[in-house]
Amino acid sequence: MAGLATTFGSGAMTNTINELDQSQVILVAGSNTTRTHPQVARRIYNAVDRGAKLIVIDPRKTKIARHAHIHLQINPGTDIALLNGMMRCILDENLIDDLFIEMRTENYLALRDMLLAVDLDKIEKITGVSRSTIARAARTYAHARRAAICYCLGVTQHICGTANVESYANLAMLTGHVEQEFTGVDPLRGQYNVQGACDMGALPAVLPGYQSVFDPDIRKKFARAWGCQLPENQGRTLLDMTHGARNAGLADERPDPLKVMYIMGENPMLSDPTLGRVKATLEGLDFLVVSDIFLSETAELADVVLPAACFAEKTGTVTNSERRVQYSKKAVNPPGEARPDRLIIQELATLMGYPMAYGSAAEIMEEICLLTPVYGGIYHDRLQRSWGLQWPCPDREHPGTPFLHKYSFTRGKGHFTPQHHVDVAEPVTDDYPLALITGRSYHHYHTGTMSRKSALLNREHPRPRVNMNPQDAEKLGLAEGMRVRVSSRRGSVPYILHLTDEVPPGELSSDFHFREAPTNMLTIGASDPIAHCPEYKCCAVKVEVDHV
Amino acid sequence: MPDIPTICCYCGCGCGLYLHVEDDRVIGVSPSRNHPVSRNNLCVKGWHAHEFIHSPKRLTRPLIRKKDRLQPASWQEALELTANRLLHIKEHHGADAIGVLSSAKCSNEENYLLQKFTRAVIGTNNIDHCARL
Repeated sequence: MAGLATTFGSGAMTNTINELDQSQVILVAGSNTTRTHPQVARRIYNAVDRGAKLIVIDPRKTKIARHAHIHLQINPGTDIALLNGMMRCILDENLIDDLFIEMRTENYLALRDMLLAVDLDKIEKITGVSRSTIARAARTYAHARRAAICYCLGVTQHICGTANVESYANLAMLTGHVEQEFTGVDPLRGQYNVQGACDMGALPAVLPGYQSVFDPDIRKKFARAWGCQLPENQGRTLLDMTHGARNAGLADERPDPLKVMYIMGENPMLSDPTLGRVKATLEGLDFLVVSDIFLSETAELADVVLPAACFAEKTGTVTNSERRVQYSKKAVNPPGEARPDRLIIQELATLMGYPMAYGSAAEIMEEICLLTPVYGGIYHDRLQRSWGLQWPCPDREHPGTPFLHKYSFTRGKGHFTPQHHVDVAEPVTDDYPLALITGRSYHHYHTGTMSRKSALLNREHPRPRVNMNPQDAEKLGLAEGMRVRVSSRRGSVPYILHLTDEVPPGELSSDFHFREAPTNMLTIGASDPIAHCPEYKCCAVKVEVDHV
Repeated sequence: MPDIPTICCYCGCGCGLYLHVEDDRVIGVSPSRNHPVSRNNLCVKGWHAHEFIHSPKRLTRPLIRKKDRLQPASWQEALELTANRLLHIKEHHGADAIGVLSSAKCSNEENYLLQKFTRAVIGTNNIDHCARL
């Protein structure tokens, strides 16, 4: 998100999901869309049925890549090089949108100078995609009047994730593919309410509505509303928290590890990279509190576990990937003594000497509306009478905003940020000759806490699989269905081998839904310096037969 | 059998669906015909979004670690212990020794409250969630 925030001023999908139906060209990057965003994939297929061209950038031959008119099967982590190649072609063939660049953007000359120095032969070598294919994709994207880019974690989960996103934004601005209906740059947000959690300021550097904690006026506004002083120092990001344990015996510059953690409905013991370090950190805490609906791998380590209500047992709002704030209504009572997290937090705050007395979720929303300009008119009563409202929605009369950046970018002018290729943090070696890419399965969700409790979903995908190209399997003497052990420098995990040409030779792919095969034992903690997104999409591993 | 309109609990598409309720139990799901995202369609996860709700593995009582095992406790005991430990650490090690993880699986209101709790009650900006994972 940080990448779009610097270039456009707002880190969210610029369009609605339904607009994709009408696009002429759709560029899908680092997204296994049919699996992880089935409704988005449905719109993309609708568009293709109507004659739209589909370009997919992905190292894997995913289902959507098989249906693409042009599949740019790049080497993992080479998006920037590919995009610089595409933009160079667009520049050489004069397919740029001069008027848009002149009126709506800044820093174009820096981008142009960088592109003119680009060596297309070198790009061919880095990306593994031929010059002619890159040029064909560039022309297809640039010629369209309405072209949308959909990207997902394959773009962001790299050490250069922010730079990757900025490069996609460069491409869109160079060709004027922003600001209109059916046209834009759309980060597909993966989880239920990940957009909302960001919007609500569950991030170290921002208060609700992306208002900076470093701005004294903003802090003053919240201090007055909340009746307390607000902290002004930099908070810790997720990885700073869950990777806090210091390496024994090594000189370590990091600050003291945390003493206490409060974790609401998250499972870092499966979801975070380099699980060995996460475990050491959580076990090293003086006190760990977890509220969850199941005894997750993280809750098993806790000192206090609080039983929470699930989505069907409480009323509230959630925000989907297209910024649509929607009303979710309580249907049944929570089991036993379980309570909604709202009541747990209110009671804890009251016990700690800060009374929080909200009678309902609607009352909390009123406070959010008052303090958060982009949510200013999103009251519960309006949501109950509609299919939700898309922010920005500054007041009660505002109808919401289906697509962003009409007439001007949130930050004023769109900012071109030239970027250069960055090598992956852990290239393959003779000892660890394969690159592991992690992703998601169609039948499971995140750490499997919910989906693995579902009989049908578990029946469809009961065992942890690792996908390998048949050519590699033949070389290693492995066969479909064998028990194998995948090892990296950090750990080793057992899987069932699945042979498929979805992954190219030299690469493996797997998911992280299974506690019996915690893929994140293998992954590296190296992360993007700005967004702190770990490099899940590439780490060096080897495969052996598991003789158990 | 009342149908309760709600939003699917899985991915960020945010499909509108109806929960079919009988005797305080959700027994099925169907897509919303007119919802702009789902348009009478759900993926396999959506069609089975209700299956974990009444799982026997759900947590139903607070648990506190005693003699290295998690044992059932009352809400009062669990919340008082948590509040006291948070206050104690804050007093002796400062608010920045406490970290909070919020959740992409919880509502806007809950995320708002937890970040308010972290900043106003504990007094630190150490709050994040798994947006990047």
